[in-house]
Amino acid sequence: MATEFHNLQELRHSASLVNKVFVQRDYSEGTTCKFQTKFPSELESRVERTLFEETVKTLNNFYAEAEKIGAHSYLEACVACSTAYLVFLCMETRYEKVLKKIAKYIQEQNEKVYAPRGLLITDPIDRGMRVIEISIYEDRGSSGSSSASSSTSGSTAR
Amino acid sequence: MSAVMITRKVRKWEKLPGKNTFCCDGRVMMARQKGVFYLTLFLIVGTCALFFAFECPYLAVHLSPTIPVFAVVLFLFVMAMLLRTSFSDPGVLPRALPEEASFIEMEIEAANGNVPAGQRPPPRIRNVQINNQIVKLKYCYTCKIFRPPRASHCSICDNCVDRFDHHCPWVGNCVGKRNYRFFYLFTLSLSLLTIYIFTFDIVHVVMRSVDSGFLNALKETPGTVLEVLVCFFTLWSVVGLTGFHTYLISLNQTTNEDIKGSWSGKNRVQNPYSHKNIMKNCSEILCGPTYPSVLDRRGVMQQGDSPSLTTAATPSSTSDSTVPQTTKPTAPLIPNEHTPDDAKPSIATSTEISTSLTEESESTAHKVPPLASPETDVEASIAKAAAH
Repeated sequence: MATEFHNLQELRHSASLVNKVFVQRDYSEGTTCKFQTKFPSELESRVERTLFEETVKTLNNFYAEAEKIGAHSYLEACVACSTAYLVFLCMETRYEKVLKKIAKYIQEQNEKVYAPRGLLITDPIDRGMRVIEISIYEDRGSSGSSSASSSTSGSTAR
Repeated sequence: MSAVMITRKVRKWEKLPGKNTFCCDGRVMMARQKGVFYLTLFLIVGTCALFFAFECPYLAVHLSPTIPVFAVVLFLFVMAMLLRTSFSDPGVLPRALPEEASFIEMEIEAANGNVPAGQRPPPRIRNVQINNQIVKLKYCYTCKIFRPPRASHCSICDNCVDRFDHHCPWVGNCVGKRNYRFFYLFTLSLSLLTIYIFTFDIVHVVMRSVDSGFLNALKETPGTVLEVLVCFFTLWSVVGLTGFHTYLISLNQTTNEDIKGSWSGKNRVQNPYSHKNIMKNCSEILCGPTYPSVLDRRGVMQQGDSPSLTTAATPSSTSDSTVPQTTKPTAPLIPNEHTPDDAKPSIATSTEISTSLTEESESTAHKVPPLASPETDVEASIAKAAAH
């Protein structure tokens, strides 16, 4: 199954997109941002289930941290209200800080785990926080006649 | 002859679907009809100007100089909250891009199975369980998404808004997840300001009447009469509105849910979002996190990018190499050993399906009547009274 042929640059510039899978939101605990950890069947042959679940669970933890209502959020709300919310002109909100961490994490996961397997994860914020979009690119590691068809399409794409 | 093409940077707000107006290069986002918003501004600024002109000089000298100071602070807070409510993104959900829309279509078709020709397909509803209650998610034909819980489509702005409360013509914007707390603080502070001005108008007139008689007092401060009139009518509507929203917040309900009676009645589902504790409900709304906008209004559009769902054919230009995340498919689905057995149709044919489905009736998608909220009925009548 090892398809260690892609790196992130290569995927973005030249590999051709085969399909996209969308991981939906999990609303079982309310409207807080949480994604389903159910493993999509289209990814079965491309990535290990545990790796995928680990990624989604980490993302869910990040979002839970961003939306947590506790001492930190009370303090932020009080300070903001007392300055008529003008303090956010010079300060970043907690949510924005966590979103930056998420973007970095997704970039890192793409480079280390998903791009080598011909997959690419899109940051949910770019899709309205509705879905985690996973793009599936052509698998260079496939053998036989199917590789001929995929390589011809690959060459026409260039 | 060589022509030099100067390509202007096109920002994403310019291509957003929906009926919003944008100002300051995408920083400000409002509804199209702004007339009533200008009236609100005029009433607040005008009344406060009269207060500072007529009441404050007299009261600062005869009572206390802190009176105008506090009035200024309150006025500034009211204006800040009003502008923040009016100018911010209420929590608009972007429309589904073509691939996501077709993915959802395929899921719907898989769920419905084969519908015999001539029969209407079943309504597009997805049941989810939230805190052990079943909630139905409706499909939005305009935005091509299953609306998240508590989201609703505003027909005035033509957008799905997360945690949709109502569309308020007085602030010229929808009130949703991102600006509900500013809206509430606006109504609360406006109530306080109205009561404050009304009280000190009365005090002022009484103090002057003691000196020179009631009618003379009114002649000396004509502005006070106008202020009292405006404040009297505003008081009932705004204080009532604040009370209503305080009630909603303590129950963790939206105006939209209250009007539709989503959680009332014995046969209906109980509100799954309420923490059953007034303090927790209030703290979630007023002290909760400040949600980010998911509409990247000021992002720069790349070539071949489309932030909205277009039913036209996908552009043939390849995506820019610097922005990877909106890569368009360059080839149809190639069956290979990794394609699952229930082979999905290619992206091209699925966009055809979505094209035909947009022609279905869209009237069911626009649920929220614009002026059906109780406070706007009251305010509409007050506006009529104030206008005459």
